This record gives sequence, structure tokens and C-alpha cells, in this order.
Amino acid sequence: MLAAGILGSTASSLNWAARSGAGAVVTKSFGLSPNKGYANPTTVEVTGGVINAIGLSNPGVENFKDELVKLNKSVPAIASLYGANPEEFSEIAARVESLVDALELNVSCPHAMEGCGSTIGQDPLLTEEIVRSVKRTVKIPVFVKLTPNVTDIVEIALHAQDAGADALTMINSLGPGMRIDIETGKPILKNKFGGLSGPAVKPVAIRCVYDVFDSVDIPIIGVGGIRDHEDVLEFLYAGASCVQIGTSIMYEGMDIFGKILNGLERFMDERGYGSVDELVGIAHNSQY
Amino acid sequence: MHVPKIVKIKRIIEESPTVKTFMFDWEVKNEIPGHFMMVWNFYDEKPMSISMIDPLKNEIGISIKNIGKFTGQVHELSPGDKLGLRGPYGRGFHITGSKVLAVGGGIGMAPIVAFSEEASRIGVDVHVISAAGTMNELLFNDRIQRSGSKLLTCTDDGSHGFCGFGTDLAEKAMSEDDYDMIVSCGPEIMMKKLFEMVEKFKIPAQFSMERYMKCGMGLCGQCCVDDLGWRVCVEGPVFWTDELKMITEFDKYKRDSSGVKHSIP
Repeated sequence: MLAAGILGSTASSLNWAARSGAGAVVTKSFGLSPNKGYANPTTVEVTGGVINAIGLSNPGVENFKDELVKLNKSVPAIASLYGANPEEFSEIAARVESLVDALELNVSCPHAMEGCGSTIGQDPLLTEEIVRSVKRTVKIPVFVKLTPNVTDIVEIALHAQDAGADALTMINSLGPGMRIDIETGKPILKNKFGGLSGPAVKPVAIRCVYDVFDSVDIPIIGVGGIRDHEDVLEFLYAGASCVQIGTSIMYEGMDIFGKILNGLERFMDERGYGSVDELVGIAHNSQY
Repeated sequence: MHVPKIVKIKRIIEESPTVKTFMFDWEVKNEIPGHFMMVWNFYDEKPMSISMIDPLKNEIGISIKNIGKFTGQVHELSPGDKLGLRGPYGRGFHITGSKVLAVGGGIGMAPIVAFSEEASRIGVDVHVISAAGTMNELLFNDRIQRSGSKLLTCTDDGSHGFCGFGTDLAEKAMSEDDYDMIVSCGPEIMMKKLFEMVEKFKIPAQFSMERYMKCGMGLCGQCCVDDLGWRVCVEGPVFWTDELKMITEFDKYKRDSSGVKHSIP
């Protein structure tokens, strides 16, 4: 599926991802009111990916509903939400519940405004409270996107599961990181630092999925640096049931979905796998 | 890599009371007319069309109209001052055909002058319609004439050339001459009229569009246009007539930095 935050600000681009082979699409995160995000530069490339501090720019839930109604629904649509407290999350969730198939709670953006994003996801109890509140409010499935920037991601995962999360999305961008221009000595991003995404974060994401898989009973959606079907296989082996793709669209364009599907199909055919389920968690069978 | 390269302003050309061209030493590789650069002044970063490409001297130029905070800050810079440039970005104009009409309105002349120079250089017969409100806002007259392109000016107040809209002059040109390609950059209302004209005259055409951009590298989705979701920074900014037909928001609305839609006046 298309990961949150990449090309997901309009129904048009989400429908495009669906046409290109994404099995589901996640919107860019939106909140209660319009937000401009940070000034540019908001994105800069680094070895193995990009760092970004877009700053959760979005037109607010009411404007975004105009986009959600235009989704062609050829594949499931997942709304990514952010807020500062349980009440905000629940209110947004209630307003869009009828328009999407599931919600993904963004409690993990590493460059969000004070009180949002990873500030929440680094606090197991606040995460639990928010998930519980949203689960009480809506009937559609609720996914929780976790930040890798914690000492023990298993603890957060367990709190999210206890609160009723239907799945965990792992991981949001890493860091934050920085890039400094050597001619001027200035940090390139306006926000100085931003979340690292792209192939460089994949090993961390794989480890997070692997760690959490043994401890939870709910499905894991793997995300972080996937560029080809071999990356997808690693996530599946680590324990993810499905995966999201974001930053690598920069390298491969929208064709990335089709390419990965072809590669995966060929791999499974060659080895006689009938279903992706057979691949999930394979790495946990290895004994050392 | 999508990283700003720090360059010194080599010289500054005052094109009009509100437009300056900033020249830089730049190793020209695949820059073509219609491409844009992300320009970083260490406070903000904005997309700007390349208005001059000189592969012999290895120079590029970017023309900026002073319309707000960022452009005002850049206008205060002097030769020797630094800027960060990243690019080139986007899909530029495809130079094809033997007789081409290039129509530019206002600061939309920036990629059009680069087009007229490059197309003339490779032997295309280029007719340029340069439109502005008044005479001293007309841009790049000298460069267009020097390139060998035929220049047709028009001003709203009739102070130079044809009195009226660039589209009126374009219709006249299309009726009198056989063009096998039209290229255009300017206000959407102008390009919309041109779009209708080229449909009537059945001439292939390319239009350079503008939308609010953030990353410039095809990731953030800020510049995606309805209904197909194309990114102006990657699939555009230049679109062909058949593509423009599928951009339903063209001449209707655009989104701001938070993604809120605003109708185009």
C-alpha cells in the first residue's frame, strides 16, 4: 500500500497509486484545522534516502473530506490522522469514519508541532489512551503507526494492542536527522532537522517488526525503505503481513507498485508459495 | 542528489522595473527550456523557471519577478552573493517542428525566451508573442531578436506593439501562418484561451503550468493536479494539449501550502 505522507494529499494522487498497483492507500496525515507546515526547504536527499520536515501540512479535516469522497474505492482507503490528545483524535476519526475503510493514527511523526506526533508515540500511556478513545468512537479498524525512536518499541506496541489497536504500522521516519550545507554552515532544512526515510532506515524497520512480531497477536504493516520485492520479502519474513511504500517513489516513480508485485509473484511462483501468509514470520523459525 | 548546490551570483540583469535575471556559473548537462530549479536563499526555497541556458559558457540564468517576501529578498542580493540551487527539475519543452509559435505572458516569458534561443539555434523558425501589461514590463526583447526568432509584442495599454491580449495576437498569427507547434507559459486564463485555439486550429501544443511546490522531487504531493494526480514537479510543468485536457483543475483552482483549494480568478 501507499504509505502515509507521500503523494497522499489529494484523492487524485491516491487514486493514481491505486491504479498503479497499490493494494490500499493511506492518506497524508490530517488534523482538525488547516496547517501550512514548515517553510521550505522541507526535504533534502541524504545517502540512502531523504530527510523531511514538511510539518504535517494539510487542509484540515473538513477540507480533506472533499478529497475522501472522491476516492474511487477500487482499493481500501486508510485515513492517517494526527492530533494532540484523545479528544482531537476521536473527533477527527468520527468525522471521517463513513468515508474510509480504516484509520491509521499518526503518533510517530518526528518533526511534528509540540505535543503531536512522536511526542505521543514515545509515551506508552498516552498512546494507549488515544487508541482507546478512538476505538470507542469508531467501528472501522484502527491502525497505530509507531515511531522507532524509543528505547523499547515492544512496550509501546503492547500498549497499543491492549487499547484495542487492530494493526500496527511500523515504522515512521527515523531520527530526526540533519544535513548541514558545508559552504555556508547552515542546516539545509528550515526546521533544521527532519525524519529520515528511504533505504537507509530499512534495517531498523526490519528489526522493529521482528522484535514486535513475537510479542503481539495483531497484524503488523511493515514500512521503511522498501524499494524492491526483496525488501518486501525481508519485511514479510520479519513478521509483517503487508507493507507500505513511500520514499522510494522518488527513485522508481509510481511504477514501483507494479514492479514489486511482479517481482514478488515471480519469486513466489518459483518457490511454490501460494499465499503471502506462508512467508510471514519465516525468520522466526530459524534457530541459532 | 536532491541537495542544493551553493553558487555565487555572477551578474544581475535588470529586465524590467520588477524583474531581474540572476546569472550563475553552472555546468550545463541536461538542462532544457521549461525546466525549473529550486532556489534557496537560506530563508525559504521556491521553484523558478530557468530563463537562460548557455552550454558554451556553462551559465544558467533565472529570472525572478518581485512579487512577495521571498522574491523581494532575492531582489536585494548583489553579484557575489550566494544562493542554493537544486535541479534541474521537471519535464521541459519538447523542441520539435519547423515553425513554432511561442506565447509568453508576463514572467511566463522566462522559459519562453530560453525556448526561443534554443529552438532558433537548432534551426526552428520561432515566432514569439511576448505579452505584458505595459511597455516597460515587456521582457527579453533584445535576446529574442538576437536569437533569430521573430518577435511580436503586445501590451494591454498599447504602449508597445499590438494593443490587446497575447491571445488575440496569437489567434491572428495562427490564422495567418502555418505553425506545427505552439508552446506557452503565462497566466492560466491566457493558456486556457490558447488551449481552445489550438484545439480549433488543430495544432499540437505544450503548456507550462505552475502549482505550489514543496519538495520538488515528486514525494510530498503538494503540486499534484486533479484528476489524475500528476505531479507538476515531475510529470510537468510542461503538459501537452491531450494531457491538459485531463487536468480538470486547469484554469479553475489551485491548492495553497496547506492544500486548501482556491479558485483561479
